[in-house]
Amino acid sequence: MDTKHLKQQVAYVRKSLFDQGYLDDQFMQLEDLQDDANPNFVEEIVSSFYSDSARLIHNIEQALARRPVDFSKLDDYMHQFKGSSSSIGAKKVKMECSQFREYCCAGNIEGCIRTFQQLKQEHATLRRKLEAYFQLVRQTGQGETS
Amino acid sequence: MMDNGFSSPRHDPFPAGLRVLVVDDDLTWLKILEKMLKKCSYEVTTCGLAIDALHLLRERKDRYDIVISDVNMPDMDGFKLLEHVGLEMDLPVIMMSVDGETSQVMKGVQHGACDYLLKPIRMKELRNIWQHVLRKKIHEVRDIEILEGMESIQMTRNGLDQSSDGHLLCGEDLTSVKKRKEAENKHDDKDPGDSSSTKKARVVWSVDLHQKFVKAVNQIGFDKVGPKKILDLMNVPWLTRENVASHLQKYRLYLSRLQKENDTKTSVGGGKHSDSPSRDSAGSFGIQNSINIQRNDISNGSYGFSGNSLIVRNVEPRSQENERKGIVSKTAVEPKRALAVEVPDPCKPKSSEMEFGHSFTSPASEVNFAEFGSNFPTKFSWCAIPQSQLKQEQNPLHLDAGFSQRTRPGKQQHIQVDYPQPSPPIISGSSVTERNMDGSVKIKPIYDECRNNGSQVSSARSTMDSYQVQTKTYEVNHQAYEPISTNTSSLKNQAAFNLSSISDLESAQKSINWAMSPLATLDDDFQVRWVQGDCYAMNLGLQNIEFPEYFDGGLLADVPTHLYENLYDSTECSVIEQGLFIA
Repeated sequence: MDTKHLKQQVAYVRKSLFDQGYLDDQFMQLEDLQDDANPNFVEEIVSSFYSDSARLIHNIEQALARRPVDFSKLDDYMHQFKGSSSSIGAKKVKMECSQFREYCCAGNIEGCIRTFQQLKQEHATLRRKLEAYFQLVRQTGQGETS
Repeated sequence: MMDNGFSSPRHDPFPAGLRVLVVDDDLTWLKILEKMLKKCSYEVTTCGLAIDALHLLRERKDRYDIVISDVNMPDMDGFKLLEHVGLEMDLPVIMMSVDGETSQVMKGVQHGACDYLLKPIRMKELRNIWQHVLRKKIHEVRDIEILEGMESIQMTRNGLDQSSDGHLLCGEDLTSVKKRKEAENKHDDKDPGDSSSTKKARVVWSVDLHQKFVKAVNQIGFDKVGPKKILDLMNVPWLTRENVASHLQKYRLYLSRLQKENDTKTSVGGGKHSDSPSRDSAGSFGIQNSINIQRNDISNGSYGFSGNSLIVRNVEPRSQENERKGIVSKTAVEPKRALAVEVPDPCKPKSSEMEFGHSFTSPASEVNFAEFGSNFPTKFSWCAIPQSQLKQEQNPLHLDAGFSQRTRPGKQQHIQVDYPQPSPPIISGSSVTERNMDGSVKIKPIYDECRNNGSQVSSARSTMDSYQVQTKTYEVNHQAYEPISTNTSSLKNQAAFNLSSISDLESAQKSINWAMSPLATLDDDFQVRWVQGDCYAMNLGLQNIEFPEYFDGGLLADVPTHLYENLYDSTECSVIEQGLFIA
């Protein structure tokens, strides 16, 4: 693929991520921060997010499995997770976090478990999409948009 | 102005180079914030743990300009960190969280956060954080000025014919300062109850209140102190935790400033030892100089009341601002010399008070004088000398420093420094005018105690060179400016301010209030040197009261004119101006 075509593809993929609600404004903020000093800033941040979140997900899973359920702890974890997700602008993931916290407040363990499953799915989906995106970007030889 | 005070100087034009400490347990956010802040041309340090952040901050207090911290952190509650930073370092702190619930934001504000940002944070929100740094500095300067103003007024009143408005002798400055402050504060210092309800919520820290505050602080232990604990101990229903927190902040600032001063002075003063009579002259002039009360510097405001001698130090607040900062931060050296003096456990018998001067004792005293003319901490440390001090009598007031104590035996002057308001480091030297809630500053206290201890004092006095400043902490009854039956007229003059109570004491105990009565007038006998900066330091121990709140011109009214007459002849109103805190 020639560069022009690649670029177009990158642009297209990027746009769809936003249009489909996977990413929000924050992602653009990250893109704005990317510069010569940090040419792969966005990708680095996304990586950082995914490695942090793996740990958080693990903690939540454990807490969900424990009985009796410690809702306050679950809420704390989810609060952290939400904060983390907001760092890359993971919109759908964030929404699931909020939903989870609502169930937590209500003491609805099933609701929490269900929501958590959805959250993990969104989390994984976004990861795939972003990985593909960054690969395209790399192929193009430069950062996308900005 | 920001640049001056920092030991790690920033060379870039403000706000570039602003030194930010970011604390967040979320590594991803830490990276993002770091990048964002760097893009704003700020100097960034990141920290993943609150504990680490505190260590960094404590290590070099002047190393950072502002702290940004997340609310939820595993090792320490962000609000707790916020409190610590506010109290120990007095730096502006911005809180962040993904949670924007009103209750959380409210909590942030109550704990002293200067802003609360919601995640995801935008660059533009970070660009303007420098305003918090600037604002804080301005407020600090203003506080000092207020105190100085009050002191000035107080002194003016004391020494000069009291003008009906009591403000000024020198008029303008004081008045304008006072007015400005009043306008700013809109606080009726007669009604402390207002403070919590007014939106301005500026508490009027009367001498009494401050005294309670200091007492509580000392009871808890200076290092372990916290607003909640203090509030509980003080048992003042209308006072809020917030009031106490900000007061504590100022108190700490004041103390550290004193310390710096002492350190500085030591180096500078070197020579002045309170004991030698020659010093007196030096001292006196020192005072005078310092007293510049001449308002020139409102900045000078700080009247240090050093232990026994009131050392009026003129510090220029403005320039000081930075300096203050710098000094404070730099101080490091003796931790608290000044503080040492000051913060003697209020419970401690006056000895601690007597310390005032002492603590500065050697270096301090000298320093104090040395300071004259130099920049005195803008803040006056209130030399709130606990009443107990009066009793100290025995303790030689270390008026060492600078006071030329000529106190003759038996003439001990008790200088009561009431620290009316604890405002941190502002030493309103003069005024220990007691500021009552009603705004009058009472200076007397010391004497009252002295009276009781009368004998003691006198005897002690002999040892003390300087005036024993007994800060009755809140006892200052201004009204009292009772004629001081002082031994020396000069003392009297000085004491004028606070002497009211002194009058009782035959011995030369004169409580010299903050009123930084220009010592100039003192005669040889008493060289009451109102060391502005020092006094406070000294007394600080006792009470750093934020005078600002309290002082108002009215206080001076009480002092009998005659008391002041001598005092002021040489001194300028400036002193007086300083004396009033208009907080």
